Amino acid sequence: MATETHAAEAASAPGMPQLDFSNWGNQIFWLVLTLLAIYFVLSRIALPRIAAVLAERQGTITNDIAAAEELKAKAVEAEEAYNKALADARAEAQRIVAEAKAEIQAELDTATDKADAEIAAKAAESEKAIAEIRAGALEGIKDVANATAVELVAALGGAAEDADVTEAVDARMKG
Amino acid sequence: MASEAHGAEEGGLVFHPMDQFIIKPLFGGDTISWYTPTNATLWMALAVVAVIAMMVIGTRSRAIVPSRSQSIGELAYGFVYKMVEDVAGKDAVKFFPYIMTLFMFIVFANFLGLIPMSFTPTSHFAVTVVLAMLVFLTVTIVGFVKNGAAFLGLFWVSSAPLALRPILAIIEVISYFVRPVSHSIRLAGNVMAGHAVIKVFAGFAAIAVVSPVSVVAITAMYGLEVLVSFIQAYVFTILTCVYLKDALHPSH
Repeated sequence: MATETHAAEAASAPGMPQLDFSNWGNQIFWLVLTLLAIYFVLSRIALPRIAAVLAERQGTITNDIAAAEELKAKAVEAEEAYNKALADARAEAQRIVAEAKAEIQAELDTATDKADAEIAAKAAESEKAIAEIRAGALEGIKDVANATAVELVAALGGAAEDADVTEAVDARMKG
Repeated sequence: MASEAHGAEEGGLVFHPMDQFIIKPLFGGDTISWYTPTNATLWMALAVVAVIAMMVIGTRSRAIVPSRSQSIGELAYGFVYKMVEDVAGKDAVKFFPYIMTLFMFIVFANFLGLIPMSFTPTSHFAVTVVLAMLVFLTVTIVGFVKNGAAFLGLFWVSSAPLALRPILAIIEVISYFVRPVSHSIRLAGNVMAGHAVIKVFAGFAAIAVVSPVSVVAITAMYGLEVLVSFIQAYVFTILTCVYLKDALHPSH
C-alpha cells in the first residue's frame, strides 16, 4: 500500500510528523471516538450529577439561611416579650409600692390624730387634776397656818378667836 | 537516520526534538490504517479515563459537603459553566456539555502529555484542526439556524461609516474564515513548541559541562509547559465561547 511506505518514510524524516497526512484519518477516527466518549460520559452522567449536587447544596444553603432568619425573628420577638413583661412587672411593683405607701400613710395619719387627741385629752385632764391639787394644797396650807397660828397664840398664853386668826393668816398670806 | 546525520556535526550531539510526535502502531507492525490503535489512541483513551476518574468517580458520593475529589470536579464544572454563561450568554448554556467536552479533552491531553515519554494528541494538527472545525461548523450552523440571513450582519459593521462598510465586510469575512486556522494552530503550535524545546535542551545535556544548565532549563521549560497546558485549553475554550456568542447575537 502507498500509505505504508509513506508512513515509514515519515517516521524517519527530519520534518514534522504533524504534516504527515497519511495518519490523519487514523487520528481523526480515534479523536472522534474519544470526543464522543467524553461527551457521552459528561452529558449523561457527570454534568447532570454535578448540577444536581450544586442545586441541592444551593437549596440546602437557602433553606438554612431562611431557617436561621426565622429563628432570629423568633428570638427578637421573645426578647421583646421579655422586655415587655419586665416593664409590666416593674410598673405593677411600683403601683403596689405606691398603694402600700399610701395605705400606711393613711393609717399612720389616723393613728397620729388619735394619739394627738388622746394626748390632748390626757393633758387637759392632768391640768385639771394639777389645778385641783394646787387648790387643795392652798386650802391645806391655810388650814395648817390657821391651826399653827392658833397653837402659837395658845402657846404664848393668849386666847385667840378663830375668826381673827383666819383673818390675820389670810392677810399675811396675801402680803 | 537523517536527523542523526545533521546532529552529528556538533561533536556527537543528537537532536530528535520531533521524534516524540511520531505516531506508531501500538501493537507492532508498520502500517497505520484508519482503525489501527496507535500511541495517539492510547493517550486519547487515557484522557477519557482521566475525565471519567475526575468527573464521574470523583463525584460518586454526591455529597452536600464535597470531598476533595468532588470539589475538583465541581470546580471544573463551575469554571467552564461560568465561562460559557459570562462570555457567550445565558442562552449558550445548552452548549455547555459540548464546550465542557472540548475543554476536558484538551486539558487532559495536554497534562497527560507532560508525563515523560508520553505522547500528546493535542500537538498534532490532525487533532486540533478537527476540534477547531467542529467549533467553526457548530458556530456557523447555529448562527444561520438561529438568525437566518441576519447572521450575515456579523460581517456588516453598522456602526462604521457607510463608505468603509464594504471594506470592513471583506476584512470581517476573511477574519471569520481564518478563525479555525488560528484556533487550531495556536493550540498545536504551543504544545508542540514547548515539547520540542524541552527535547532540544535534553539533547544538550549530553555535554557534561552544559548538563546542569540543561537540567535547570528543562525544569523551567517544564514549569512553563504546565502553565501553557492549562492556558491553551482555557484560551481554546474561551474563544469557542466568544465565537458562540457571535453566532447567538451577531449584531455588533
